[in-house]
Amino acid sequence: MSLTLAFTRKILSLVCLSALVGAFPAWAGKTLDAVKQRDQVVCGVNTGLAGFSAADSQGKWSGIDVDICRAVAAAVLSSADKVRYVPLSAQQRFTALQSGEVDVLSRNTTFTLTRDASLGLHQTAVTYYDGQGFMVPAKANIKSAKQLKGATVCVQAGTTTEKNLTDFSRTNKLDIKPVVFEKFEAANAAYFSGRCKAYTTDASGLASIRTKEAKNPKDHVILPELISKEPLGPMVRRGDDEWLAIVKWTVYGLVEAEEYGITSETVNSLKNDSTDPVVLRLLGKSEDTGKLLGLDREWLARAVLAVGNYGEIFEKHLGEKTPLGLKRGLNAQWNKGGLQYAIPIR
Amino acid sequence: MLNWRSQRVRAWCYQTILIGMLIVLVGWLLHNTLGNMRMRGIQSGFDFLLDPAGFDIGESMFAFTSTQTYGSAFLVGLLNTLRVSCIAIVVCTLWGALLGIGRLSSNALARGLCYAYTELFRNIPLLLQLLMWYVVLVELMPDTETPLHFHDWVLLSKEGLALPWLMSDGLTLTPEFLALTWGLSLYTSAFVAEVIRSGIQSVPLGQVEAALSIGLSPWQRLRLVVLPQALRLIVPPLTNQYLNAIKNSSLAVAIGYPDLVSISNTTLNQTGRAVECIAIVMAVYLTLSLLTASGMNYFNRRAALKER
Repeated sequence: MSLTLAFTRKILSLVCLSALVGAFPAWAGKTLDAVKQRDQVVCGVNTGLAGFSAADSQGKWSGIDVDICRAVAAAVLSSADKVRYVPLSAQQRFTALQSGEVDVLSRNTTFTLTRDASLGLHQTAVTYYDGQGFMVPAKANIKSAKQLKGATVCVQAGTTTEKNLTDFSRTNKLDIKPVVFEKFEAANAAYFSGRCKAYTTDASGLASIRTKEAKNPKDHVILPELISKEPLGPMVRRGDDEWLAIVKWTVYGLVEAEEYGITSETVNSLKNDSTDPVVLRLLGKSEDTGKLLGLDREWLARAVLAVGNYGEIFEKHLGEKTPLGLKRGLNAQWNKGGLQYAIPIR
Repeated sequence: MLNWRSQRVRAWCYQTILIGMLIVLVGWLLHNTLGNMRMRGIQSGFDFLLDPAGFDIGESMFAFTSTQTYGSAFLVGLLNTLRVSCIAIVVCTLWGALLGIGRLSSNALARGLCYAYTELFRNIPLLLQLLMWYVVLVELMPDTETPLHFHDWVLLSKEGLALPWLMSDGLTLTPEFLALTWGLSLYTSAFVAEVIRSGIQSVPLGQVEAALSIGLSPWQRLRLVVLPQALRLIVPPLTNQYLNAIKNSSLAVAIGYPDLVSISNTTLNQTGRAVECIAIVMAVYLTLSLLTASGMNYFNRRAALKER
């Protein structure tokens, strides 16, 4: 047998090349470098959840998750418009972030141990403290979630909701039967058609769904119990501590801006006129905290100018004047009875 | 010493090299994926199948509680898929056969209706049909308190079809199960009808004339002469349709029926083991399809005419 030498060489080199390529990491490089080079932040958002991330009929995205991405873009790239939004379903969201398809996942994602520890991802800072609740038709005359014995409950797949529902059902011996839909539009439709006795998801989602989908919102009641803790916030990939710090401190910066009274209207005047040392530090007049993050000194000033402080973001998308009509509640500042406690920026 | 000039030797060499390259490719893909996952801190492995599931399942063929394992949950999903697929396969074969034969009937009305049915149900995407049946069952049915009923034996409401006299504490078929089975059966029957019709039409006219000349009735003609010869042409495409039915049952996720894909989605989200869950689902569907195909091939060999 005499395979030609050239042929043998070709086969061998192909095999060696494939082994070599396999040895190098398929994804290398820091997210911040990639973002700067691309001049755009790629933001994973919800396909459409009012108040958090939803596109209007012109394709313009809005919501608190969207504003976090815009704040990051303003801090890093000096313009809040340099963002590309990638709508993701509940099943795709983590894979999209893990594989590098998006830079940050700002998609009303609950922080849990599993997600922080075993997915190769990291949680940043909580933007919304939520809890899971139930919605029932008013004519069912149910006053508490503990009365849902043996009930069929509509739920969307791929979320922490199913597990919480089961835990609640077991603790209170309710024997609840879940009907699980892949798309949350299908779950809504099934509840409003009367298939299920109750609908369960995060309380913020319930308010949004009742407003948007119910024929008459007064016909539906959101029960008072919150059966779980759902701290929502943006997530990033592991192994990129620089990017993690940028996203995390952008969130804390927006919260601290509200604490110290910096709004999008007053940013520029405060930069020149303020005598409060904390304000001057936040706006980069006295100290350069941006340098430590790999950004410039105006990072937070730009972010607040572009999207407003946390309170303004909340009022614009979730507050009492919006169709959702949510109160600050747990999301008020720490010194006003809520849980939003910005770690000091200094 | 192997002689390169021999075609057999060359063929063996090429095939060995090709298989070798394929193994290298698959090995490299696996190595790359696992390496990437390890590097990014994504945990992998099938050990999660022994962890408690932590979620309830709306309907299952055996009693399932959230304290049982993810492995049991997958089994529930598999049984649910099989339940729907088996019923759909049986119904679509019988109904499809009737439709296919009806297309060839001498009665113009029967012919027209069968033709209309086939064209309608073949051309509308299955997902839309399933959603439509689900809407019908859920929006148009009355509440549980005031069901449509035939005495106390059959009750139809938004909760589904209840048959209280069946089994120890009654059988309730949920609207999800009904919509999926019904929709899948009607859809696949349209394709089966065409397969059977083409098989019957493939039998030479001479055979039919011979059957006529020895005085067989139309039913005897069909059963004794036409169908045995038509089966040769019917069985392979029919196998295809059965495999399609099994795979199409995965559209259950859209209407809330807890089949294998739905359970896998929930597990994927709770454990984060995307690669493992998808691999399990793919392996299960592959096994089901191979089993069905080999069963049908066995039947095909037995039904095949022995050519002289």
